[in-house]
Amino acid sequence: MDSILIQILNGLDKGAAYALIALGLTLVFGTLGIVNFAHGAIFMLGAFCAVTFRKLLTLSVKVKDESVTMFAAYKDEPYLKIWFGDTGEAIIDYAVPLSILIAIPFMVLVGYAMERGLIRHFYKRAHADQILVTFGLAIVVQELIKASFGANPIPQAAPDIVAGSANVGLWFGLGESLVYPWWRLIYLCFSGVMIFAVFSFLQFTTYGMVVRAGMRDRETVGLLGINIQRRFTIVFAIAAVVAGTAGVMYTPILPPDYHMGMDFLVLSFVVVVVGGMGSLGGAVTAGFLLGIVQSFASMNEVKSIIPGIDQIIIYLVAVVILLTLPRGLMGRAGVMDD
Amino acid sequence: MKQRFLNDTNLLLVFSAAILLMPIWLSPLGAAYPDLLQKFAIYGIFAIGFNILFGLTGYLSFGHAAFLGVGSYAAVWSFKLFTMNVVPAVFFGVIFAGLLAFLIGYISLRRSGIYFSILTLAFAQMSYNLAYSVLTPITNGETGLQLTINDPRWIDSMYITVEEGLPSTNLFGLKMSGYPGFYFCAILLIVCFFISLRIFRSPFGLMLRGIKSNQNRMNYTGLNTKPYMLSAFVISGMFAGLAGSLLAVTDPLAGAERMQWTASGEVVLMTILGGVGTLIGPMLGAGLIKYFENIFSSFNKNLLHEVFSFLPDGVEDVVVQVVSLFVGGGWHLTLGLLFMIVVIFLPGGIVEGFQKFGGVFGYGKNKNSDSSPQNQAAE
Amino acid sequence: MEKTKTPILLHKTKQLSEGRHMENLVLHLDNIQKSFGGLRALADVNLHVEEGKTHAIIGPNGAGKSTLLNVCVGRLKPDSGKVTFDGEELTGKKPHEIAQIGVARVFQTPEIFPELSLLDNVMLPALSKRDGSFRFNPHLAMRNQNEIRDEAEHILGDVGLKEQMGMVAGSLSRGDKRRLELSMCLILHPRLLLLDEPTAGMARHDTNATIDLLKKIKERGMTKIIIEHDMHVVFSLADKVSVLARGKIIASGLPEEVREDPLVKEAYLGTAQE
Repeated sequence: MDSILIQILNGLDKGAAYALIALGLTLVFGTLGIVNFAHGAIFMLGAFCAVTFRKLLTLSVKVKDESVTMFAAYKDEPYLKIWFGDTGEAIIDYAVPLSILIAIPFMVLVGYAMERGLIRHFYKRAHADQILVTFGLAIVVQELIKASFGANPIPQAAPDIVAGSANVGLWFGLGESLVYPWWRLIYLCFSGVMIFAVFSFLQFTTYGMVVRAGMRDRETVGLLGINIQRRFTIVFAIAAVVAGTAGVMYTPILPPDYHMGMDFLVLSFVVVVVGGMGSLGGAVTAGFLLGIVQSFASMNEVKSIIPGIDQIIIYLVAVVILLTLPRGLMGRAGVMDD
Repeated sequence: MKQRFLNDTNLLLVFSAAILLMPIWLSPLGAAYPDLLQKFAIYGIFAIGFNILFGLTGYLSFGHAAFLGVGSYAAVWSFKLFTMNVVPAVFFGVIFAGLLAFLIGYISLRRSGIYFSILTLAFAQMSYNLAYSVLTPITNGETGLQLTINDPRWIDSMYITVEEGLPSTNLFGLKMSGYPGFYFCAILLIVCFFISLRIFRSPFGLMLRGIKSNQNRMNYTGLNTKPYMLSAFVISGMFAGLAGSLLAVTDPLAGAERMQWTASGEVVLMTILGGVGTLIGPMLGAGLIKYFENIFSSFNKNLLHEVFSFLPDGVEDVVVQVVSLFVGGGWHLTLGLLFMIVVIFLPGGIVEGFQKFGGVFGYGKNKNSDSSPQNQAAE
Repeated sequence: MEKTKTPILLHKTKQLSEGRHMENLVLHLDNIQKSFGGLRALADVNLHVEEGKTHAIIGPNGAGKSTLLNVCVGRLKPDSGKVTFDGEELTGKKPHEIAQIGVARVFQTPEIFPELSLLDNVMLPALSKRDGSFRFNPHLAMRNQNEIRDEAEHILGDVGLKEQMGMVAGSLSRGDKRRLELSMCLILHPRLLLLDEPTAGMARHDTNATIDLLKKIKERGMTKIIIEHDMHVVFSLADKVSVLARGKIIASGLPEEVREDPLVKEAYLGTAQE
């Protein structure tokens, strides 16, 4: 029982990453009609926001290490610590959550620049062209990251206070063995908040209403005299923020490297397709579902029965779903329905 | 039909001549050495095959690298188990790639558009992941599949006396390295080009084009599009398998990274760079990309400093710093930029570019993109 | 004039189901029902079309006319009821199978191959019909398909597009696209031709040209169903008229009879005609 719950929890955090990326993909696809292969790169840019932020915070100067008395030793001392003492150290400790603050404006900027500079010229082009140009962009971003940060993963620590694991089992009276890292719990809550925020934005604001209407029938909404273009730029920025902040928060779980964007993108596309192209609910559901399925498939008990199943389970599920439910779990008729 | 300046027979002749004479006319460009020439020919085959699917039917497959990989693995196994002769290796490469293409195509082609792209991508990733993990006994996982002294080579061991060291691939005794290897690939390339030409000019090809243009209409005129699509998919998969097996012929090892989706992306780029749906375009694209890959990757910082030494010191450092982003290990960055530039500014690829260019000066008024004047067919 | 090909049905035994002794009824739609969500597009349609006649279906917008054609060509599957053509059941068959039986359709917005030349546009359907179920022939050359090319050129001549046959179809005017689509259907030698508003959005001049063209092919003896808003077109072409309103056939008969039918006037002519 516990092991099953553990697997579900494990699946949820991976699923949350898929869901957040897939949410943005779907939003962009549903409103702008763009198949964005560079969305994974945005996720990665978010993660590297956190890396850069920590680098900035830990800019150091060499100072004499007083603890070593035998000979003159030097150690790196971050400016922040020198200037602010313990407060400075605390700020560094909280680098990851704090970098959300710079990630949001940065992601808005990235989203805005991408939509205005590139994507909008592709609204009327074939899907194949959109795929190709965003694929090219994804490679460019990936290679730039590689050139500036190197090819190796850069581990990021969560704040000390949440370094350990939460004894989830005890909370629910399920026994001691059900423990789960704090940060992952936080990450899950964060994902929930983001998903909730996006949905309420779409559901309860007039702005969101227009976007939803635009997802259904773009031309008509355009005819109503609403500047749908500008709104779509904002939608794109929102999608970028969702993916980017997800990237930031995911760094303590998975050390970011230059190809994480592509890795997650391929899977997130599978998620979108499984959920149903253009269905936000479908994207989120499928994200969590596939995360959990994958986590179960990577259990040793399962792997010993079907070796290698953990490597392919998501694709397998996608193939089966696409062949049985042509529109995915929650796809609407008429969306990419050729 | 219309009289063309360059009819199909001439086109084939010019193409063959250009390919076979590559060692001569490419030497001023510094590209006339066998390793690179082999790559031109092999990736030309890959791109020509991909173009049969993407160019004619418009179905964008993101999983063709899987067929390339399977072709390589099959060829290496043929070397290991049977003989170092390349004929069975090529045969098995093509057959296994064809079988895999049939399987993947049968399922993927039930959907179209972006769903098809994602399905093929999913299958290719699946093959890649499997090659890395469970199939290690067959693929030798991360290390890659290589020849060893202890391979059985049943057929060879019956007829040929065992020599010291690793045997090399051969065509009935003719060693397949260096120029003989290139000519072997080149002849297969010409055969592939011929097949592609015939397909383009056949009712089958026209029907594929009809499917690309308006699949709905094809259905309502009584065509069951599925078997046509599937054969196009399998043919292009077999071309990829052939290319994969030739990679193993010229260098007998096979690794899973050949199946990664970046490899699929590369063949897409070759095709669109040259010109999707044109006969000569994919070959041009493949040649160009492999040529520049070769040049760009060979640059390193020292070389760059030499090149830019005429600049003042401070400027030189900056320039070298910037340029070094794009060369050497940064070749992929250039590739990505190229990708974007081609899609944005030259969606018809180089062949269309030539035609526009020609149009400006009043040459080549013919609208048929397939018979464009083929300047430097394989560069 | 173009020689009329012998209808392909002659060598087949007609298996008309019982109760249809009228020899010349060839298309039967029995109790067709189709709903989209809560919307009942076709409530209960019964329609029988005589062989070789032109049967017009008129009705106000949203009456279900296009849905009816979609059911006939296999684009939609009816919820209940069946469509039989010349003894063969069409319901449940795929579009390409229905096309091979001899049912061709001209769409409301022309469905052509915009990137291909006019000649290719017309040759393709002929190839489809010949090789439809699958003939693997990459070794054949298009330039040897003389018979099909001759016929395609002939038909393009009939519809008056022969001069432009090297042009790319996408560059044609709307009226010409329609004529091209019609010739694509004609080369199939259909036994049943479905026309969905063949003159919609056309100028009067083009409309008249289309009427003339349709009259010309009327002599070929194929059965035609035509959906039309323009009464001028209907009364110039139709042998019989049925009125579809709210998913039901409310009247059927000779054009003059239908025109006088009070029900029809109420449901359609009174409300929808400008």
